[in-house]
Parts: sequence; structure tokens; C-alpha cells
Amino acid sequence: MSRISAFLLRRRGGERWHWTDVFTWFWLIAGFLVMFGPAAWLVNSSFKTPAALAEFPPTILPYVTELVTVEGYDQPLPLYRVTLEDGTERVLAEVRRIGIVAQMVDPADPAEVIRVNINQRTPQRTVSFATENYVQPLVANDFLRFLWNSVFVTVMATIITLLTNSMAAFALSKYNFRGRSTVMMLVIATLMVPLSVIIVPLYSVISAMGLFNSLWGVILPTVATPTGVFMLRQYMLTIPDELIDAARMDKASEWQIYWRIVLPLTAPALAVLAIFSVVWRWNDFLWPLIVLSRRELYTLQVGLNTYAGELNVQWHFILAMTVVTMIPVVLVFIFLQRFITTGIAGTGLK
Amino acid sequence: MSRITLSKVAKAFGAVKVLHDVDLDIAEGELIVFVGPSGCGKSTLLRLIAGLDQPTTGTISIDGKDVTRVAAADRGLAMVFQSYALYPHMTVRQNLAFGLENARMPRAEIDQRITEAARMLDIAPYLARRPGQLSGGQRQRVAIGRAIVRNPTAFLLDEPLSNLDAELRISTRAELAALHERLSATMIYVTHDQTEAMTLADRIVVLRAGRIEQVGSPLELYNTPTNLFVAGFIGAPRMNFLPAKIGETRAGKTAIRLEGAGPLEVQAASAAAHGEVTVGLRPHHLRLVSDGEGGIPAQVKLVEALGSETVVHTTTANGDGMLAVLGGQHKVSAGETVHFRFDAADLHLFGVDGLRIEAVTTP
Repeated sequence: MSRISAFLLRRRGGERWHWTDVFTWFWLIAGFLVMFGPAAWLVNSSFKTPAALAEFPPTILPYVTELVTVEGYDQPLPLYRVTLEDGTERVLAEVRRIGIVAQMVDPADPAEVIRVNINQRTPQRTVSFATENYVQPLVANDFLRFLWNSVFVTVMATIITLLTNSMAAFALSKYNFRGRSTVMMLVIATLMVPLSVIIVPLYSVISAMGLFNSLWGVILPTVATPTGVFMLRQYMLTIPDELIDAARMDKASEWQIYWRIVLPLTAPALAVLAIFSVVWRWNDFLWPLIVLSRRELYTLQVGLNTYAGELNVQWHFILAMTVVTMIPVVLVFIFLQRFITTGIAGTGLK
Repeated sequence: MSRITLSKVAKAFGAVKVLHDVDLDIAEGELIVFVGPSGCGKSTLLRLIAGLDQPTTGTISIDGKDVTRVAAADRGLAMVFQSYALYPHMTVRQNLAFGLENARMPRAEIDQRITEAARMLDIAPYLARRPGQLSGGQRQRVAIGRAIVRNPTAFLLDEPLSNLDAELRISTRAELAALHERLSATMIYVTHDQTEAMTLADRIVVLRAGRIEQVGSPLELYNTPTNLFVAGFIGAPRMNFLPAKIGETRAGKTAIRLEGAGPLEVQAASAAAHGEVTVGLRPHHLRLVSDGEGGIPAQVKLVEALGSETVVHTTTANGDGMLAVLGGQHKVSAGETVHFRFDAADLHLFGVDGLRIEAVTTP
């Protein structure tokens, strides 16, 4: 504990606060708020009721007005803290409101009706998590199905991406053939073509192949990534050719050289590409929206879109499902990040 | 064990020819060393024999069978690389087993071979470790072990000691020699270090600029180098070269005028054809003589007293550097002029074309 505080309170130079210390703390705290604030707001707000979401000023925690069942009334009544005319404060349940006057009863003594100016009462509120924001989309609105579709698309696309891109990178880094650099330049050049430019021809191709309204139609056009090929190739160039010669002397086939020598040594770069690929495919919206028109095939991102109607946006569902959407990406980051460092440590060649 | 024959092997990378018509016959069980300065094509030659590269022209045969177009894996050779090229993600055991697994050898035999090689090379305690956790010398052994377990017809070693420190290099060199003795396998060893070549080789192949300059046993090369390059390359410190003039030929004897060396006569008719020759003298063959006894005068530049011997750096009257290694300890200091003599039998003669002139010298 003392070491933590010593670390936190350490200052530049001597005893006094240097302006850089102050600036560093300001910078770190501001950065933390900017980075983490929206995520924290998202998670908290995903537990708010639609009414609490519409509230101004917004609160950080999800509050609801407490309800109480009072004898003689069918519905549970909202509780208010009321300042009476004689100055005493009491907690009363509101029966109904007429104009600026609220008719209230004491839950302990429901017979007497007290009239109170509405300015004299404030709602009695407690923190409450509106879990139905999660339950309803997941159970009733097919979001589990969307989740499964997203997982399928992401996992499949990532596996195929890693496989095909590493093969291309292997050929482009470890074989000498005529036109190798031309091919590499062509691959890099495709980086300059944005999706929106090729979206129509791509649609025709997918449609002609009968992949329209199929998850494979979402997966296959995305698996060949110039970024991935480039990144893996650059990494593979650093693997010494002598290792491959040694494997050749060891009777390894070309496939074995790729699978047993080059691929394990490329693990750190593969981990990075895997993270990228998972994030890309998970967050894909436009292409799945185009290819998938049947509701049971929707991915999460397309599914989220169904809550944003033309007239009515169901923010509570959108926020809750956004949280669900975020979880896997965060998990991937946490786990693969650790893998990257061990990967680099494990392949330290000489 | 195998006999490897190269005939007219040439290799070009694009327009650059790195090997020119190399002919070589490597006998069974022989340890042959390719030696030469960097860029002479010795590693390329080794890669051609290994099958990692294809010769542009010429044929390579092992035991009389043409293997020029046979893949590296099917030539039955094993190679030890300069950087060892151990697979960093595999343990030592997996490194040793990789080649055997690829050959679909039964598990039991793989284990047996690994155990044997580990015992032979003293690497048994490291079998579960990764190459990154081993020292340079240990990695070296593993690399050799990987070659041994394959039970190859010949070993190809590409500068295997160059990454070791000086002390380890000497002990590993001795181990390699012992290993060759024990396995009595054909070994082809590439190095740029002539000491390694001298100590290890049955025969040395001296290469320069893609051509074989001379092939022979270490002492053959040392005693009768066929040209100036081999004479300068083999032997440490390198041979001194002094210009000399050919005098008149009388009764089959040709006189050589070497400044201050007194009269020299050689029995070599061919020498007369050259107006000028180069005289080669090994530093160890020079003797210090006192003034007035003749000898080659030289000015001392630097004296390195090593105790058992004294290395004297000098320059001769016409400015050529001359090095002498004198046995024992001598009182010589920089700036002095000293005189060197030598036995005429130790003299090497080279013509203007750089080739050796066979000569019987008489004082």
C-alpha cells in the first residue's frame, strides 16, 4: 500500500510539485474520463428505463421511483417525499394528480387523502437495474440468434483470414518468383479501394454465386485483407531463410515448412491480425446489411439497427444490446493481448 | 559414407557468375575443408552440394549417382548451418526429431537415436529446453546432433564455429575432429579461417572468386603452394613476398638477385623465362643475424614479444613489409635495422603470372 502511494505521489526532482507532475495528472485523468466515460455511461444507461433515459439532467446511475402497494388500491403507487404546510416531511404515496395538486395517502394509513402542491414533493428514488432491457431483446427479439450469427461470421471469417493471408504472405516472403513484388504491389494497391466503390459489383458476384441471404456471403468477400497479407509478410521476412533451408534438409514438405515452422513463428503477428479481424468482422455493418435480408440471419450490428425506427428509437434496447455487442471484443482484446507479449518472448531468436 | 563428385559445376545469379567450372572429387570418409576469403563461393558450393540451390551447369553425383536434380531432402545429406538454424519454437528433442518424423521413422527408433546422439554430444540435460534457453556452445551441439540423428551419408558444415568465442571454438574444433574420427563419415566443412582448415582437414580446397586455386593436404598446401594466393592465404602469419630479379643462367642454374640476400641460385630452367619473380618466405623461416653477416636488411617497426616467440614487423629497403617470427626472446627495438637470413630450401618462387616455379635451390 505504501509502495502504491509512493509510486502515485512520486514527483519530478525534489519535494515540490513540478508543473509537469500537475500536467501529467491532469492529462491522465482527463484521458481516463474521455476514454472510459462514454463506456461507463453506456453500461449504466443500458440499465435505465426509457423514462429515466429521457430525463434531464441525466444521471449516472439508473434510478427508479419507489413503488408501494397500498391497501384499497389495485396498482402499486409511487412514493414521494413531501414537505407539508406545517413544515414536517413525510413519505407519501401518490394516488392521482389533478393539475398542480397531487392526492396522496400515507401507506400506513390509507384512509386519509392529503392534497399536496406538486412542487412540494420529490420522488423517492432508489437505484434499480432495468434488466428487462437485456432479457426482452435476448429472449423475445431473437438477439441470441443474432449473437450466434455474429459469432459464427466472426470466428469463421477470422480463421479463414488467418489461413489464407498467412499462405499468401508465406509465398510472397519466402519464395522467389518472377513478379513477386508486382503481386505484392497489387495486393497493397487494393487498400486504396474502399468498400463503397466495389459494393455494387461485389453484390452482383455474391448474388450470382447464390450466396445472397447466406452467412457465407458475409464471410467470404472479407477474408482476403491486404493489411493482413502485408503485416504477415513483413513479419515473415524477419524469419531467417536458414530455418527454411534447415527444414528442407530435414525432409519437410513445403506444407510442413509452412505449417510447422513458419506459422508457429509468426504467432505474434497472427495474434495481432486475429484481433484486427475479430474487431472488423464483429463491427461490420454495411455489408451484412446488404447481404442479409432475412431476420433470422441478422448479425448483431444489423439487429441493433432494427431498434432505430423512423419514428421511434428504442434507446434502452439499443444501449443494452450495444453492451452485449461490446463484450466479446473486449474479451478478445484482454486475452489475445497477453498472448502477444508471450508470443514475442517465446520466439526470441538468438 | 559416400563419395561426392562435382564435375564442371558452375553457378550464376543472373549475370553474376559465382562459380566457374568446379571439378572436385571427395573421397569416402574424408573431411574436406573449403576455405577462401568471403565471397569466394564456398558457401554457394556447399549449398549446391546440399541441393538447396541448383547449379547453372555441371553435375553433382553421390556414389556415382547423378543427384543434380534431386531435391535436398532426398540426397541423404545433413547440414549444420552457420546460425545453427534451430527451430526456436521447438524443444531440443523436437528439433532433433523433426527430420526423423518427416521421414516417417517409428517412434521407438527416433527416441533411441535421440538418446544416442544426446549421450554422444552431452546434451541430454537440455532435451526439454528450447534453443533460446541454451548457450552458444550448447546450440552448436544441438545443431550437430540434428545432423547426426539423421545418420546422413555426408555432413555439410557451413562455418559452424564462427559464432563461438575463441576459447570455445578451439575446444569445439577438437570435438569435431574427434567426432569425424568416430563416425568416419564424409564431412564437407566451409570456413574462412585457415587455422580451422589446417587443423581439421584431410584435404583443403582453396577457393578464390569461384575457382579452385589448389586442392591438397594441409601440409602440401603449406609446403608447396601452387600460386601466390594460396601461399598468402595458408599459414599464419602470412608469407612475406619480396620482389627479386632473375640473373643469368649458367650450367642449368639460374641466379636470383634478392636485395641483401647474397647470391642465390636455383635449378629451374623455367625461372629463366621470367625477368622478375616473387620470393616467398614464411615468417617462421627467418633468422636474425648480426651485422656483417649479410642477410636482408630491414627496419624494425614494431616488436611483439610473446615470450615463447618474438614477432618483428619490419620494412625492407624498398618499402615492402616483412614479418618475422623468431623463436625465443630477442632484444630488438623499433627503429633499429636488423638483418634476416633464411635457408634456401625454405624459399618459394613465384613467376610474374603468380604461379609457383618449382626449383631446387642451392646456396
